[in-house]
Amino acid sequence: MRFGVVTFPGSNCDYDAYAALRHVLCTPVEFLWHADPDLKDVDCVILPGGFSFGDYLRAGAIARFSPVMGSVIKFAETGGLVWGICNGFQILLEAGLLPGAMLRNSTMRFACQWVRLSVESTRTPFTRSCSPGQILRIPIAHAEGDYYADDDVIDELENGGQVVFRYVNSRGEADESSNPNGSRHNIAGIMNREGNVLGMMPHPERAVETILGSADGLVLFRSLLGTTASGMGTPAKTRVATQRGAQV
Amino acid sequence: MLKGTVKVRLKDGVLDPQGQTIRRALAQMGYDWVRNVRTGRTFEVEIEAEDALSARGRLEEISSKLLANPVIESFQVEVRS
Repeated sequence: MRFGVVTFPGSNCDYDAYAALRHVLCTPVEFLWHADPDLKDVDCVILPGGFSFGDYLRAGAIARFSPVMGSVIKFAETGGLVWGICNGFQILLEAGLLPGAMLRNSTMRFACQWVRLSVESTRTPFTRSCSPGQILRIPIAHAEGDYYADDDVIDELENGGQVVFRYVNSRGEADESSNPNGSRHNIAGIMNREGNVLGMMPHPERAVETILGSADGLVLFRSLLGTTASGMGTPAKTRVATQRGAQV
Repeated sequence: MLKGTVKVRLKDGVLDPQGQTIRRALAQMGYDWVRNVRTGRTFEVEIEAEDALSARGRLEEISSKLLANPVIESFQVEVRS
């Protein structure tokens, strides 16, 4: 399993993702450049956190039209694994690879804090090593993380099991006090219908060693690595289809 | 060269915390007769186009593609000759 981490002008978590993979998990990983459409044959593309193009216009709005994104969209459409974290999630929304949009946090504050996330679905390549209902302690750091979609889209996400992570309290309840930004239904992460594109506001790559305060983020990276092991090199699309078939 | 203005605003029903904060500040300043504030932004765009009609079409295209996010925002185009 080879990972590619895209660097946009203003990305600032690209090295965190790279270090988590290369130094903590000893996994092959390459940097990809925003202006270069070459995805270097990687199996999973990570769109990292940061402030691509200074968050000008709207977070992710300019990055979405970078040359590399044309390739990422094609890659995603053919079943390739794409993982957007924080600004990467915002870029996926702007690109239309995931439904909805981000609004300014309802608190009007930049939210920089540890949160608890409930894993709402373990039937994804990104969470298959998690236990159902597992709670992860992972940090967030964003000003535009208030996930918004209209009622129809929210219903579709909920009914289709596409809500992957929710902000919860210590009892695992998604209440108002555990919602750091006003997101509808306490949504912290969603995937597309096919299950190969995941977007999440929290930063698992910043929680990969206990010295950082938590190593809970590792389970997501390990899920992806496990995917390859059990899939024995089958293309991602087939694996996802099989998983979804099994669930029906 | 034609000049146009694109006004982008949040759709009705989409929460505007900036607008709410501004309204609260105004109330604190004594302007308690301000009932509601909704923020938005304006783009002044100079474009090449044959005539006002094609200018409008071009502005609408860039507005729906980039200047506004149709999930949360609506836009209004105005062409000045």
